Amino acid sequence: MSARPPGSFRDRAGALLERPEVAAAIGRAMDIRARGRSTVFSGADVEAMRAAGEAIRAHTIANLPRYLDAFAEAADRHGTRVFFAADASEAVGYVREVLRRTGSRRIVKGKSMVSEELGLNAALGSDGAEVTETDLGEYIVQLAHEPPAHITVPAVHMTRAQIRDLFNRELGAAVSDEPRALTHMARRVLRDRFLAADAGITGVNFGVAETGSLVIVTNEGNARMCTSLPRVHIALLGMERLVPSFRELAVLLPLLTGSATGQRITAYLNVIAGPRRPEEPDGPDEVHVVVVDNGRSAILGSEYRSILHCIRCGACQNVCPVFRQVGGHAYGGTYGGPIGAVLAPLLEGFEQAGDLPHASSLCVACTEVCPVNIPLHEHLISLRRDVAATRASAGERLTFRLWGLLWSRPRTYGVTARVARVGQRLLARRGRIPRAPFPLSRWTAGRDLPPLAREPFRDRWRRRHGS
Amino acid sequence: MSHGARPRRVSLFVTCLVDLVHPEIGDATEQLLRDLDLEVDFPPSQTCCGQPAYNAGFPDQARRIGRTLLDAFEGSEAVVAPSGSCAAMVRTNFPRLFAGTPDEERAETLAERVHELSAFVVDVLGIDHLTGALPARATYHDACHGLRELGLSSQGRRLLAGIEGLGLVEMARPDACCGFGGTFSVRLPELATAMAEDKLRQAAATGADVVITGDAGCLVHLAGLRSRAGIGPRPVHLAVLLAEARGLRGPAIRA
Repeated sequence: MSARPPGSFRDRAGALLERPEVAAAIGRAMDIRARGRSTVFSGADVEAMRAAGEAIRAHTIANLPRYLDAFAEAADRHGTRVFFAADASEAVGYVREVLRRTGSRRIVKGKSMVSEELGLNAALGSDGAEVTETDLGEYIVQLAHEPPAHITVPAVHMTRAQIRDLFNRELGAAVSDEPRALTHMARRVLRDRFLAADAGITGVNFGVAETGSLVIVTNEGNARMCTSLPRVHIALLGMERLVPSFRELAVLLPLLTGSATGQRITAYLNVIAGPRRPEEPDGPDEVHVVVVDNGRSAILGSEYRSILHCIRCGACQNVCPVFRQVGGHAYGGTYGGPIGAVLAPLLEGFEQAGDLPHASSLCVACTEVCPVNIPLHEHLISLRRDVAATRASAGERLTFRLWGLLWSRPRTYGVTARVARVGQRLLARRGRIPRAPFPLSRWTAGRDLPPLAREPFRDRWRRRHGS
Repeated sequence: MSHGARPRRVSLFVTCLVDLVHPEIGDATEQLLRDLDLEVDFPPSQTCCGQPAYNAGFPDQARRIGRTLLDAFEGSEAVVAPSGSCAAMVRTNFPRLFAGTPDEERAETLAERVHELSAFVVDVLGIDHLTGALPARATYHDACHGLRELGLSSQGRRLLAGIEGLGLVEMARPDACCGFGGTFSVRLPELATAMAEDKLRQAAATGADVVITGDAGCLVHLAGLRSRAGIGPRPVHLAVLLAEARGLRGPAIRA
């Protein structure tokens, strides 16, 4: 597991809020994606598509052991080697061993959130391997020594000017901040890396159980280079990312591309079925699939099982108003936004990520766009309950107990209101409360608090109508 | 939405925030409903729907508090709340919250009978158009739970469309959260405030005098930042604006 940065979500978010260019950059990118999504789905029966997507994912996850077996068997038939990794260290260990045995030192990588989860780049770097991210966004954040800030838009938090400065500093270049110039610069560097690479490592969007095929979606064609030029290809597959057959892909692919980037169809769709055959001129000599559990199977039997339906489109991040302010780095792990706020505590434990379920205003925008109808906000509420059961402070527990006790009867409800009305006399200034004691001080730090009305509605009613 | 014969009598679920902080929203709701020829009652044993406890991860306490509503509205045919969030708590979360408890059935019954004000007027009463006059430039903030849990967005705007002199100008992203989020507003105050600031700036960009919303939660949040930071138009509750436009209460908005 890649190490979590110290501090809480609130600390990290606070630091990011100090940099207004972050929210501005994210907001621009998210607006484009939200518009793209509504355009691509307009005219389509998106609710029917989502229901179909949900049904496919639910069926697959409910029968996951069977489909994993089928996938492994089919992959084996055409020479793909499948390794089941129970945790990050097993996965990393396997990748290291393949690279060592094949003498691979120069490695090109396609986008893989699972590899972030495993801390793979750092591990391989410490072995002396030269790892190059080849997705443009991933390449940018790698140069900046940062993790990706978004599932599908890794450099979403950066401005063009920042990327230009980064390139000019790290690559000794002198390019403008024109996207075309930046892309050409990256392409020049990456082209040489592709041609020299010993091994390619990629993620996988879907593993097809029936055929043992790997389906990889990109817009830059970089995964195709990673999987066809080097002698060795290692694919990292999250254990849950299977589909029964190609039929189901016909439903899930448009949901993925439409939700992620507002595209009807992706620019590059790779389907890989094993290493190069003797009669084929191109392709790797070895193809490995590392099927990564790393905490997922523990979710299978829980009430959170539907979080494994996720197809990593990033749509929940695109619409989340909290994510929009701070981006993925505030969440401190691989997955940010609503999906991360649910997944990280489940994969990493409440000790590490128990504050993330509260990183949401519960506005429900995430659930509203999820292409496979995951009830993200309901999972957040349930996780808050589970976290509170073991980790709530004594003060918080007492506050809610007392509140429950007092407000479960109209008489004591009335008493708390009367007490508060007396208390607020010390605080109210010209019809508002500019400063209040903890925990309301957290409100008044940035906003005024409204005082309680002199006469509550119930008293007004009684005055007007009797009881 | 459960249709049937048009109810003649409704019970006010005034919500704790309106009861204690903005009773004028309760007054306005009562005035509007009476003006539509309905008998209105207010069962005084109601306190709160328990949403803050539910969302904070304390469902036991939420049930304790929410039960006051099950008791209060036991005999009510239709229940109307001037809040999409509190209505959604009862309509969508109560059945889940009380599932498997002795109150399960009562919770399901109440869930069907609770309506947010604008949804009640438009969808239940079938009134699409309200006359009235109020000269103001306004913009509309869609409160999250009404919008996404109850599917409200056109109802409030339709009721405003008949108000003479009221110019409604849509802001960018009217459906973006204002950052209130109940306990979110004190757990992550810096984020909540940043979200409210975005909302007020978008509202200000329309040139509106008032930003209308159907939820007192959004209202106190936006008003709290507005009075502190001096940005954006004045937040006004839909019920108050409609009641004033129909001459049911004294001028406060136009003043």
